[in-house]
Amino acid sequence: MADSETISSDIAGVETAPAPWLDFKELSQDLTRGLWQEIPLFRLVLGTCPTLAVTTSATNGVGMGIATTFVLIASNVMISLLRNIIPDMVRIPAFIVVIASFVTVTDLMMAAFTPDLHHALGIFIPLIVVNCILLARAEAFASKNNSIRSAVDGLGMGIGFSIALILLGTVREILGNGTWFGIPVLTGTMDLFGYDYQPLIVMVLPPGAFIGLGLLVAGMNKIEANRQKKR
Amino acid sequence: MIRLVIILTTISLIAAVALAKVYDITKVRIAEQERIKTMNGLKAVLPPFNNDIDKNAKEVVVGQDKKGRDIKIKFYTGKMDEKPVGVAFEMIAPDGYAGDIDILMGVSPGGKVSGIEIISHKETPGLGSKISQDKWKEKFKGRSLEEGSKFAVKKDGGVIDQFSGATISPRAVVGAVKKGLELYKKEFSNGG
Repeated sequence: MADSETISSDIAGVETAPAPWLDFKELSQDLTRGLWQEIPLFRLVLGTCPTLAVTTSATNGVGMGIATTFVLIASNVMISLLRNIIPDMVRIPAFIVVIASFVTVTDLMMAAFTPDLHHALGIFIPLIVVNCILLARAEAFASKNNSIRSAVDGLGMGIGFSIALILLGTVREILGNGTWFGIPVLTGTMDLFGYDYQPLIVMVLPPGAFIGLGLLVAGMNKIEANRQKKR
Repeated sequence: MIRLVIILTTISLIAAVALAKVYDITKVRIAEQERIKTMNGLKAVLPPFNNDIDKNAKEVVVGQDKKGRDIKIKFYTGKMDEKPVGVAFEMIAPDGYAGDIDILMGVSPGGKVSGIEIISHKETPGLGSKISQDKWKEKFKGRSLEEGSKFAVKKDGGVIDQFSGATISPRAVVGAVKKGLELYKKEFSNGG
């Protein structure tokens, strides 16, 4: 899952000149980078493992998105604060300890306050630790930038990842189960595909995750190609 | 070199202390959530009751697993104004399509099923997962061992619906509930 090439070539966050401490133009760039140019799932194709597994419904997508966003922001800020203390040689284990701690906090909090969602996401909450979006942002951004920029970067990347999860969850849940956020949308009078439509069960099964992700990435590339052409 | 060790150890220590604290804070709340879950399940499978049902659970050893450890089942007896209305307990169907199906079932004093609830399963979404639909679980209400071969999925000549494309999951649930009824008979044959 970890794509070292993507991680090392992803140097968009490197500062070239000493920038003023608070630069709103820069901050807004940090935020929007994760939403389109480098939307983790579709453009960087990072974090596909939990994505493929949990996106059987839009609700799961929201839950996983929020959990990952929280861990991203928290670990980005913490790593950014520690960036001058952590020696280069042990930075990866140090990053992992920080990330794993926040993931465990999230896991316990979700078990305590949102037990149903915790049950639905199951093993994939602890597995956020190995979601390479987190390590990629720690390595490529948080360890080189101040904590405010790192927090904004985490927020942007988190929202981008959540949007991707919700989109994929939506496609799979509607086609595969006929519901959206648990509400039937393919039955009754508002029927989209006619009364006899049988849900495409394959879409909620593992192959459907690959098909759905493939279609969304293709759509994304098409839009981007059109944008490039207009320029 | 020593510096690396000290820094990494310090970071790990701080993380460990912080996690211990969070665990401590959430512990009570998580236990409470588990209890609410059990109570909701019991309310769903038993007729109305008003005793402290989870305080009077009786644990019975029903056999040994492959490694010789005891298999224990907890029987929850629901009472309405001191009169027993039913017993609820968990059964595991080991023969699901994708692993164990964990079932909570309630049995009324007459030996009839008062309700079932699927606690956890790994069945195929959209196919076998339909076992957790209320409409299907309703069919178990009032079933008893006296019905003999009628208490089976339709494919096996019984009255319980299977789903198109998924017979294994419903059959596994029926099998486990039947085993549960036999267990109930053994444990509570003298009126319970």
